[in-house]
Amino acid sequence: MKRRNFIGLAGMGAAGALLQGFPVLGRTIEEAEFLVQRADAAAKKRMADIALQAARSKGATYTDVRIGRYLNQAVITRDNRVQNVANTESYGIGIRVIANGSWGFAATEKLDNDSIAKTAALAVAIAKGNSKLIIESVQLAPQKGLGEVSWKTPIEKNGFEIPVKEKVDLLLSVNDAALKGGANFINASIFMINEQKYFASSDGSYIDQDVHRIWPSFTVTKTDKASGKFQTRDALSAPMGMGYEYMYAGPEHKVNNGPLTLYKGRYDMLEDVKAATQHVHEKITARSVEPGKYDLVLDPTHLGLTIHEATGHPTELDRVLGYEANYAGTSFLTLDKWKSKNFNYGSKLVNVQADKLQPGSLGAVGYDDEGVPSGQWDIIKDGILVNYQTIRDQAHILGLKASQGCCYADSWDSVQFQRMPNVSLMPNKNKRSVQDIIKSVKKGIYIVGRGSYSIDQQRYNFQFGGQLFYEIKDGQIVGMLNDVAYQSNTQEFWNSMTDIADQSDYRLFGTFNDGKGQPSQSSAVSHGSSTAKFEGVNVINTGRKIG
Amino acid sequence: MAILSKDDTQAILKKVLSFAKADETEVSLGGSQSGNIRTARNAVSTAGEVSNLSLGVSSSFGKRTGNASINEFDDASLEKVVRRAEELARLAPENPEYMPLLGPSNFAESIGYNEKTAAMTPDTRAEMVAKSLKVAKDNKLEAAGFLQNSAGFRAVMNSKGLFAYNKSTDVAFSVTVRNQEGTGSGYVDHSYNDVGKLDTLALTKIAANKATSSVGAKAIEPGRYTVILEPLAASDMLGGIIRGFDLRTADEGRSFMSKKGGGTRLGEQLFDEKVNIWSDPLNPELPGSTWSGDGMPVGKTTWVENGVVKNLAVSRYWAQKKGVQPLSGPGGGRFGGGGMIMAGGTASIEEMIKNTEKGILVTRFWYIRMVDQQTLVQTGLTRDGTFFIENGQIKFPIKNFRFNESPIIMLNNVEELGKPVRSGSSILPPMKIRDFTFTSLSDAI
Repeated sequence: MKRRNFIGLAGMGAAGALLQGFPVLGRTIEEAEFLVQRADAAAKKRMADIALQAARSKGATYTDVRIGRYLNQAVITRDNRVQNVANTESYGIGIRVIANGSWGFAATEKLDNDSIAKTAALAVAIAKGNSKLIIESVQLAPQKGLGEVSWKTPIEKNGFEIPVKEKVDLLLSVNDAALKGGANFINASIFMINEQKYFASSDGSYIDQDVHRIWPSFTVTKTDKASGKFQTRDALSAPMGMGYEYMYAGPEHKVNNGPLTLYKGRYDMLEDVKAATQHVHEKITARSVEPGKYDLVLDPTHLGLTIHEATGHPTELDRVLGYEANYAGTSFLTLDKWKSKNFNYGSKLVNVQADKLQPGSLGAVGYDDEGVPSGQWDIIKDGILVNYQTIRDQAHILGLKASQGCCYADSWDSVQFQRMPNVSLMPNKNKRSVQDIIKSVKKGIYIVGRGSYSIDQQRYNFQFGGQLFYEIKDGQIVGMLNDVAYQSNTQEFWNSMTDIADQSDYRLFGTFNDGKGQPSQSSAVSHGSSTAKFEGVNVINTGRKIG
Repeated sequence: MAILSKDDTQAILKKVLSFAKADETEVSLGGSQSGNIRTARNAVSTAGEVSNLSLGVSSSFGKRTGNASINEFDDASLEKVVRRAEELARLAPENPEYMPLLGPSNFAESIGYNEKTAAMTPDTRAEMVAKSLKVAKDNKLEAAGFLQNSAGFRAVMNSKGLFAYNKSTDVAFSVTVRNQEGTGSGYVDHSYNDVGKLDTLALTKIAANKATSSVGAKAIEPGRYTVILEPLAASDMLGGIIRGFDLRTADEGRSFMSKKGGGTRLGEQLFDEKVNIWSDPLNPELPGSTWSGDGMPVGKTTWVENGVVKNLAVSRYWAQKKGVQPLSGPGGGRFGGGGMIMAGGTASIEEMIKNTEKGILVTRFWYIRMVDQQTLVQTGLTRDGTFFIENGQIKFPIKNFRFNESPIIMLNNVEELGKPVRSGSSILPPMKIRDFTFTSLSDAI
């Protein structure tokens, strides 16, 4: 029997939008309880061994055990008040087995020896039941036992050790700056996650990991009574695989490519909200875009989401094979295109790497949720599709001798499956600045920040908005535009990429809540890039009138 | 057993309240049991069982509130969770929008619990899914689907004597059927309170038929077309609008319900006069809770009558500030009241096609995202069966489109409404809409 405890963060009004998908699973706990000593690895090894032994005795040919303690903290404010401080914890064990050639999974929050053994037996029984409705047996890529190993996100300041008051004071000062600057409303929040994960498998691995993530965010709103219009601007932060040090930015963490300051590796929330307050004023009166073809200059705060949707998702092997057909969709990057070794995904400048090791990224771990060490590999090389993202039961399909380590579960009571690693666009190897790229554009739009996004179920046709749209005329930024969205086809779009800035502009974008699977699971992943130029992209005007 | 009876629930909550020392205390108890089975490539991929039972305590001293929860139910644990909520309340900042708890009320008995749905087992789920897979295999097609059932209860009691209890069941089945070449795709998705109404075999046949009849889709020019939206497509488009029926965001000037120059559109003709929308927790097809999370009774509420906005939801805090009566919103999350119900006519989809000169039949939409909060313009794509209609007949399947359209504009362009059916958490008719805006073509199947 699986057991799951949901703590709803109800009554949050507009801030609810910020919380969509935030994994607030678990019981609420006091702040001090976050700091309780972690259960020691030896105790977890004893529990894992009970599960491994029980599953084997019931007929499992492979077993893995995940003992997880998941801590979340959300500090949520609106205008001059705190809406919620939620501390949650979820702790339990998930056991996955292969029996009769089929997967089975069961989980429990009861960690006594008897409950663990019973749960292992249940997983085997479910596997045997499922085996009547399978067509072929699970084929698992080999993974050598690693013995007892550990990994930790290299944080400088544990966000859970920073007093809530300090976070509340920061958010209220952010809100105060927006309201003093003439904004009508602001919602600001900080979310933090700590996954304390222990993995053991019948291959002989015992892996202890401590993973941290943080996401500061806000939305500033300006209304204009006379016209009945309103505009918003979201924070230009990125969720990161970091500790609270992310909140302290020095001059070396700031990038100024033209009309505004952007952030690299650290974030200055107070400075960004002051800029955002200016921006919502400008957005209210900005000119509505003339639809047509434009050259687009896309900042990493925006381009990351395009990479996520149009490169990350279609190269997930489970989609390619049809395992997500009823929910997330399939993929246009079918195996024949990969086998041909000449499928022209993008221009020669398009080089995309998967990377599970990248420091500060949301996807960085030492080992995935089936005990495979993290690595790095090419997905698109000089514009050609060369690889996908795999887990252990898929590697053989690509003729690989080992998994690429892309297995993840969002909780101890969710079954692990293939999830996206960090997928990033490589910067220009030659020196190239954003200013020079903008200078090269005659008629274009410089887009910053993530906006609305939509893509079809095979990842051909997409439409993206943004937070800020700057018109470029004859190499100069001349003002702000409204009602901008661009529509393209994935292959066409990446083939229209004619320029990209160098490493000095390279920054990480992140998404905290990537949904996939039924029942749906959430995962967090980063996408790095430098600012890039795309020529002749179709821009539409999204403005309409109602009533 | 995670589904506790009204009497057992009342006894536990009374005991919890007996430990309370705060000015005001609200305790809630909720639990559910659910199971699922997932298929892909004509085989089972995963299956699972989930159950939960959790007690929440909310303690307030003045305007300071603390919340805590626990899933252990011995006396010591019950007292511990109350003390923890009280400690957190003392440390919490004052909430200027705090509203005192409500006293007792007579809530209508909910009708949402079905014994047969609650009694489903892994075996019954596997049998139902096996029937679905057989349709695909027999027709040399490929199915990927998901079946999930749940039974749950929730209750709230407070130190002012309020007690409310509700239990419910639900079962949902969806399946995508594709041909082996990947050139045709069909889909169905239905939810019921009573599993007796779920026929996985018949539903999979509909998806299979869409898969085979959508092969060979032709490209036609994007532009404005008359569309017939099946109820699933209609609910994809309209699912989000009801959340905008909220007085506070309208008053604050950041909603499509806000008016130029200030004020709201309450009382205005915002939609075509054929549009009538309400919610009703006692509708047998879409039963909901008869009380809201903050203890207000929830009954049948009219939101739109003959195209005129009749009501906007109002929180207790905003109602007090504005001197109006509070009103719970329809369905979802913290609201009780069941989902959105829209009136229709008697016509079937086939009859609606017959009297259409030129148009497009849409099975469903996909990946809908808000483009403009001001006008509710959304973008998304058609999927799993899009067909061209001419002179009262389906002529041929067409390639999928991306649209950019506002549900507000759409509900001003209503030509005809058919017979309503439940789709997800709404009951909606199939609808014929003129001038629906498709902006580009997609190669996706």
